[in-house]
Amino acid sequence: MATITVASPANNIICSLADAEGRVLGPPLDLPQDAGPKELQLLLNTILQTEEKLPFAFYINDKELSSSLGAHLLQNKVSVEQILQIVYQPQAVFRIKPVTRCSATIAGHAEAVLSVAFSPDSRQLASGSGDTTVRFWDIYTQTPLFTCYGHKNWVLCIAWSPDCKQLVSGSKDGELRMWDPTTGKAVGNPLTGHRKWITGVAWEPAHLQVPCRRFASASKDGDVRIWDTVLQKSVLCLSGHTLAVTCVKWSGDGFIFSGSQDCTIKVWETTQGKLIRELKGHGHWVNTLALSTEYVLRTGPFDHTGKQYSSPEEMKKAALVRYTAAKRDSPERLVSGSDDFTMFLWEPATGKHSKARMTGHQQLVNHVYFSPDGRWVASASFDKSVKLWDGYSGKFITTFRGHVGPVYQISWSADSRLLVSGSKDSTMKMWDMKTLKLREDLPGHADEVFAVDWSPDGEKVASGGKDRVLKLWMS
Amino acid sequence: MPQGDHIDLARKRHGYRPDYFERNRKKDAREVHKRAAFAQKALGIKGKMFAKKRYAEKAIMKKTLAMHSERTNRHKADDQVQEGAVPSYLLDREQTARAKVLSNTIKQKRKEKAGKWEVPLPKVRPIAEDEMFRVLRTGKRKTKQWKRMVTKVTFVGPGFTRKPPKYERFIRPMGLRFTKAHVTHPELKCTFNLEIIGVKKNPNGPMYTSMGVITKGTVIEVNVSELGLVTPAGKVVWGKYAQVTNNPENDGCINGVLLV
Repeated sequence: MATITVASPANNIICSLADAEGRVLGPPLDLPQDAGPKELQLLLNTILQTEEKLPFAFYINDKELSSSLGAHLLQNKVSVEQILQIVYQPQAVFRIKPVTRCSATIAGHAEAVLSVAFSPDSRQLASGSGDTTVRFWDIYTQTPLFTCYGHKNWVLCIAWSPDCKQLVSGSKDGELRMWDPTTGKAVGNPLTGHRKWITGVAWEPAHLQVPCRRFASASKDGDVRIWDTVLQKSVLCLSGHTLAVTCVKWSGDGFIFSGSQDCTIKVWETTQGKLIRELKGHGHWVNTLALSTEYVLRTGPFDHTGKQYSSPEEMKKAALVRYTAAKRDSPERLVSGSDDFTMFLWEPATGKHSKARMTGHQQLVNHVYFSPDGRWVASASFDKSVKLWDGYSGKFITTFRGHVGPVYQISWSADSRLLVSGSKDSTMKMWDMKTLKLREDLPGHADEVFAVDWSPDGEKVASGGKDRVLKLWMS
Repeated sequence: MPQGDHIDLARKRHGYRPDYFERNRKKDAREVHKRAAFAQKALGIKGKMFAKKRYAEKAIMKKTLAMHSERTNRHKADDQVQEGAVPSYLLDREQTARAKVLSNTIKQKRKEKAGKWEVPLPKVRPIAEDEMFRVLRTGKRKTKQWKRMVTKVTFVGPGFTRKPPKYERFIRPMGLRFTKAHVTHPELKCTFNLEIIGVKKNPNGPMYTSMGVITKGTVIEVNVSELGLVTPAGKVVWGKYAQVTNNPENDGCINGVLLV
């Protein structure tokens, strides 16, 4: 720190450091012009008294600081008359290598692959297909592991429990089934209750209950049902939507969010199934929802280190630590994407009014996803573009263009530095958050790509599509 | 003949008779038995006529019942697993006719180099020169016979400028110039009206190819950008080859099949 402040006082700039929510850290600092991100990082680590050296990214007026302070100010014409506010954002301590090649193309499904999901501990991979089967894949040998028959129609969605012990799949005839990933056998009988196809499944977060027992499912018939895997039945039926429910999310605070084609998002409480809030604003179908803590909730106690847990209590504790770290004493944020080409940013815990409206897409928004650190929101749209937004304010950052067909699905890498998108034009593309540009073009599928998933440990990307094969991509 | 509406009038004034509804119910209930007795008793043409009438009534009744229970019935068609699975986010959306991705782009390139294609019409009738061209006599005494007029359909590129008439050996008549072709996609089984980009190969000879003569069996290049075809690398395909399947000079239009 001493080395930084020694430079001649004439060229110094008075700065203050603030975090992403705008809280200023300590008194203003007198910094020399030749200080760059490296020096600022050193300084910040000393001020925050972190034990290890954490990486940070610095922003001045939403522009990332990449060179020295003086050069950056000159280039972007920032006034130094006022106290300069530098926003710091913590970066992931690990770095995930971008995937560059297709390591395996595994055939097996007899119809289009509709959903692909890695288990939270990244050791298993499952896919649901139009040939009515769920398949488990061995990602180490890149071969099929189990084929699970049982559904009577297309398997539309699959979801791993956060403790990796179960997989739930929902089909087009409204049945849900549970599978044991170690044997590939069905657990219990099919769960019936929905009258139409299943559109989404969300498990209860691991920090609320381990071993995982409850999950919520959304259906075309307009109901959200909460199921208990031990009792093997529907515990609650949350009805209230007048049209099909398109998306369901289980938040870390224990609420259920459901987005529907009746243009509303409803917030439910999970013990009695009471409606708490109704978020209105969209002018057309709500297609998709994303939570700022979604990635952490999905992966539960498992992180990039690949640590395994022996007891449920330990798991629960680890999940809670990860959840609170990701939430960082601000309420959870929700983003909804809609058929009216816009998105809304909500804070459902504080109020029913939206925080920001995100406009810019020229076609419907099909998928939105918060980055694992909650800093960014990416949205995939049928206008062939992926847009990036600020996760806190909802401000537009950039557009990723390159696809020549509608973009169906996106998936973040665990370190929030890369994003992969799958499109109707049969390619996947990887986008870099540092340069805000296309990082890698991943051609290989012979037809539309319906599902993309990046494994939580960052090693692999799996994708499936209309050409009936599952592809694994590696660095 | 009815003598006024005295029954209705009485009902308006005094209401129905106390046993009216009861009697009606009983009459209705007895009606079926009466009909059954008649059906058993009726013989000959009377019986036949009655049976036919009854059959028609029953058929209508069945139809109406089926119509009413349409909504609650479980239909077999819904339960069957259909082809062409789509993810849940596409289930409610209208699917437009989808163009196939060209998985054999590499193969096509190789063929292009060799100048050979596997085409729907492998052999065509050779066209003699005197059928293809008409001799035009020129000169003051009409004695010179070096000018030719093409009697077949031609494609003339948008950037074409005429040579001075003195040097113009071949005339391609304006009335036989075409810019568009009706091209069928063999897998999608649908036809599009596409712009012609160029004539790739006329089976009758390279001269006709370079002149842009389109006869039956000619391979033409068409602009398919609006079909939304995509290569495996994710690029939009805009030019594709098609073979002409009709005799354009007779039909007044060009029909073709896309080569995929």
